[in-house]
Amino acid sequence: MSITSTTSTDGSELTIAIEGRFDFSSHQTFRQAYEDLTEKPDMYSVDMNAASYLDSSALGMLLLLRDFAGGDSANISILNCNDDVRKILAISNFEQLFTIK
Amino acid sequence: MTSSHIQSVDSVILIADDSDFDRLLLKSILKEQGHQVVEAVDGLDAVAVFDRERPQIVLLDALMPNMDGFEAARRIKLLAGEDLVPIIFLTSLQDAGSLARCLDAGGDDFLSKPYNPVILQAKINAFVRMSEMHKTMRDQRDEIASHNAHLLHQQNVAKKVFDRVAHAGCLDASNIQFTLSPAAVFNGDILLAGVSPTGNMTMLLGDFTGHGLDAAIGAMPLAEVFYSMLKKGFSLRDIIREINLKLCDILPVEIFCCAFFAEFDFNNNRVQVWNGGLPDCLIYSALDNTITRLPSRNVPLGIVPLVNLKDSIELHEVKEGDRLYAWSDGIIEAGNSDGEMFSEARLLKLFEGGGPKLDLFPTINAAVVDFIGEGTAGDDISLIEVTVVAPESFKVAIAETEGELSGGPDDWSLTYNLRREAIREFDPLPQLLQVLMQVPYLRQFGGQVFTVLSELYSNAVDHGILRLDSAIKNTPGGFSQYYRQRKRGLAALQEEEILIKLHYGGTATGGTLEITVKDSGAGFNYLTGAGQPISDSHKSGRGMHLVRSLCDSVNYLGVGNEVCAIFVWGNHKPRNPAIERVQ
Repeated sequence: MSITSTTSTDGSELTIAIEGRFDFSSHQTFRQAYEDLTEKPDMYSVDMNAASYLDSSALGMLLLLRDFAGGDSANISILNCNDDVRKILAISNFEQLFTIK
Repeated sequence: MTSSHIQSVDSVILIADDSDFDRLLLKSILKEQGHQVVEAVDGLDAVAVFDRERPQIVLLDALMPNMDGFEAARRIKLLAGEDLVPIIFLTSLQDAGSLARCLDAGGDDFLSKPYNPVILQAKINAFVRMSEMHKTMRDQRDEIASHNAHLLHQQNVAKKVFDRVAHAGCLDASNIQFTLSPAAVFNGDILLAGVSPTGNMTMLLGDFTGHGLDAAIGAMPLAEVFYSMLKKGFSLRDIIREINLKLCDILPVEIFCCAFFAEFDFNNNRVQVWNGGLPDCLIYSALDNTITRLPSRNVPLGIVPLVNLKDSIELHEVKEGDRLYAWSDGIIEAGNSDGEMFSEARLLKLFEGGGPKLDLFPTINAAVVDFIGEGTAGDDISLIEVTVVAPESFKVAIAETEGELSGGPDDWSLTYNLRREAIREFDPLPQLLQVLMQVPYLRQFGGQVFTVLSELYSNAVDHGILRLDSAIKNTPGGFSQYYRQRKRGLAALQEEEILIKLHYGGTATGGTLEITVKDSGAGFNYLTGAGQPISDSHKSGRGMHLVRSLCDSVNYLGVGNEVCAIFVWGNHKPRNPAIERVQ
């Protein structure tokens, strides 16, 4: 598991890329990826391209990000999900809370 | 660790050597370096002095009379038990074999004669550090063990309370089989089942985020709300809404509850289900070997406060012998030693060619256990099977209410008037039932009274005001068509109203409850030539049949837009004022 985050040059968009299993062990790193920024971005992307699996605590972490980014007004996209990841997000109907691409 | 320097000065060191000169020499070096010294003259003496003085470090001559250093080392290590007592062999032996033998016997190091004070000091300091580190680790281990024991104790106490709250329901009913295997003392999964006053059975399988205490923390309020609302006769929709609001309120953002609800109406062979975040649950009909999937169409509980529950509860028609299966993801994700998951495909395969005779519940359990073998289940494995049975064979014990000193007023009535918004949005029955259940004498008849009330009220809404035709319900898929029409009708309500009147008269030995429901609809022709109400099938079917069987009398009044049912218990002689009025 590893998490890398990159901010767009104008600072308006933060992309957090997840690699491997996304579970409770990533809790701290995932939070740091968005909490430590000096300026809050307008848009967030979570790139699941290299994520193999997520468990329910990973869903909880996504909810924390959503809460941090403004709750109902949050602008968060979840990108490049593989079938397993997409299915887990679909069962919990997270497309109602996030933009899943 | 900060005290290590001070302790190293205070170290007590045992010197065992049969040579008085060597002992004296070593002693003076060590004393000069600030250590305390105890002495022994041979191996046997060394063991005795060690046992008495408990020194931190032992310096042993290898070759001594009575007992050599090797045997003494073994015995001292045995006596030291969990303490790390470094043993350094003092030897004039030089060959590798002898030196190796020192270490094999349990020695930690050796020091060749003649002694070099600098190396001696360095070795002793190193061993003091090592034994202090060992002590710190052991203290921390003991502390962790004691914390863990304390935590387990707390969890056990909490679990006792939790089990009492969570298992107050009817999970022991004969048509329910279930497995809940905890991944920790506290299970992240929760399973509840209870019976409403109408005799409907509602079950809830919930899976909180995570495992253990953090996962179980929300289970208590969930169980409380579930059972108390169910008992008061609230609808499934109201119960889900309330639980969701409660969980949104109290749970931290990242904790939520995937849940599956099913309400079984055994009288009308239908089941209402709601799935938010659990894997597809299913209804298996063994007779025609069909599987109806019940997929998650909702966000789990405790995430979004306001959810549209009107459209998310699904109604399914079932028949006797059909079985509903609900599970959490634990069963699907149960892994074997190769890291493979049990998977939904394996689960569904068990249903193929099952037939009515096959007892699927143990089959599923056995298949999962067989699959995971030596591997461990990563999640909590929870599974429930509910079989649809005839209403008369669904019997659960409902707790008797304790006796009360007063029976309350023995003669009263109340009138309840509902208009457009109230009819559309509000279920008046729980409130009315609560008023009635204040009367201790009536409590034991709560289910029957609730059934009568709810049948009369839903007739007034569905047939009196909305003019729906029950016959639709008898066609395949008719239930959903019926409820679509009902929804449209409710949305179009204008000046319609419904009046409910309760008249109670009773004592400890018996009494009557008169329930009158009047709607603003056009009514119907309930009189035939003989003055009897015409066939119930016109108006309501099974429901009115049930009401008649529970009540002493049921009579339509006016133009057929008013009905009066009299419920009698004990030795009370019915007054039947309604009949007098009609005739």
